[in-house]
Amino acid sequence: MSKEGKPGWKSIPLGGILLEPGSAMKYKTGEWRAFKPIVDQKKCINCLLCWIYCPDAAIIRLEKFVDVDYDYCKGCGICANECPVKAITMVEEKR
Amino acid sequence: MSRVMGLTGDEAIAYAVKQSNVDVVAAYPITPQTIIVEAFSEYVHNGEVNTEFVCVESEHSAMSACIGSSLTGARVFTASSSQGLALMHEMLYIASGLRCPIVMGVANRALSAPINIHGDHSDMMGSRDCGWIQIYGENAQEAYDWTLQAFRIAEDSNVLLPVTVNIDGFILSHSLEGVEVLEDGDAARFLSTRKPVLTIDPSKPITVGALCLTDYYFEMKCQQAEALKETPKAIDQVSREYESLTGRRYSFIETYGLEDAQAAILCLGSTAGTAKAVAKNLRSRGKKVGVIKPWLYRPFPAKEIVKAAENLEALAVLDRACSFGALYGALGNDVVSALYQEGKKLNVFNVVYGLGGRDIAPFDIEAIFKEALEVAETGLVKEPLKFVGVRE
Repeated sequence: MSKEGKPGWKSIPLGGILLEPGSAMKYKTGEWRAFKPIVDQKKCINCLLCWIYCPDAAIIRLEKFVDVDYDYCKGCGICANECPVKAITMVEEKR
Repeated sequence: MSRVMGLTGDEAIAYAVKQSNVDVVAAYPITPQTIIVEAFSEYVHNGEVNTEFVCVESEHSAMSACIGSSLTGARVFTASSSQGLALMHEMLYIASGLRCPIVMGVANRALSAPINIHGDHSDMMGSRDCGWIQIYGENAQEAYDWTLQAFRIAEDSNVLLPVTVNIDGFILSHSLEGVEVLEDGDAARFLSTRKPVLTIDPSKPITVGALCLTDYYFEMKCQQAEALKETPKAIDQVSREYESLTGRRYSFIETYGLEDAQAAILCLGSTAGTAKAVAKNLRSRGKKVGVIKPWLYRPFPAKEIVKAAENLEALAVLDRACSFGALYGALGNDVVSALYQEGKKLNVFNVVYGLGGRDIAPFDIEAIFKEALEVAETGLVKEPLKFVGVRE
């Protein structure tokens, strides 16, 4: 175990195999984002094109409109590009 | 009980694979390796083996199929040469990185350009850092013996790394020799079935080949380097067991005449046979010469080589591949580094020979021995790296 609390080469599984299924959930890829999609819920017609196109399954379906799962959205902007009513705008992240 | 069969180097490897209870063979033909998988496909066709033979569209796919099969716990074999091995290059690293105990026969051949089908070590040396255990055989018998042992070494739970068994293209791959083979039952007892440590199993899901960035990649590579460093223990254990079965003793290196030699040649593969014959002749005329033949190239048996060379006054290292722009050939670099690390000052010169299958004749070897003896007498290395057998 290193000072950052991560295991060293002696204790990681052989060949980098992950023994626990579904562990990608723990990897919050939202930290990679440079631009953040903001949904204007008044404009959203709930057509779900963004939900279909999102490569990271980061669009959350709500009853009348969509929202974004910012834990996993990498900010690629495909949703904003595909939205037929321009309900999604990409805003620069301030970290 | 054993018997002698007339087999070429390629056929000897195919016969060893036939006796190794292999589950999957995925391969693509390339000269001079083709006979290995051609002979093996006949065993499959005739129902003599219970092996899934996967005909693929390229060597890249061959190694990919081997990796996938190996991860399910299967015992896997493939073979390649030259451009085929080069096309596999990226998959070689994946096989070792995912710790797949695949065995591959390599009939060494020159790399293009210009295109050439004959034997030299450029192909394997081009992939020498791929993390595989690399073994070189001197003749068809050694090719057979090492192939059987390779599965045991690769699958050892402390190793779990792929192995290449190298034979010189044409010189060994296509030459018929008498090969002493095991009875099928003895081979089966020596090898049994693979006992995988971790496999792909839908009832116990695992993730293989996940993204590993700055936080874990380095640890994985370190783990792999350490595993390769530990392999000599497994090789020693397997070779002792093989000796008790066959009477043939293998190790990391073989030496000849070193008990009193002043000068020696160090080389891989079939050239060591010529070197031993020439050394025998010279020794009968009172010249104190010897031969060092590493069977194992990776991990490099540095300590054994330095120990073998401890009483020498000169050493000629022969490379059948050119490391363009380097001080020495690949083997030359390794030997010089090993001597330096052990604090041993020995006059070494490196000879690049036999590229593209250019013959290395006994008189060439004799001239190298004579030069080595001269270096031993004078203590002077005139040319640290020279090309022998090439026209000016």
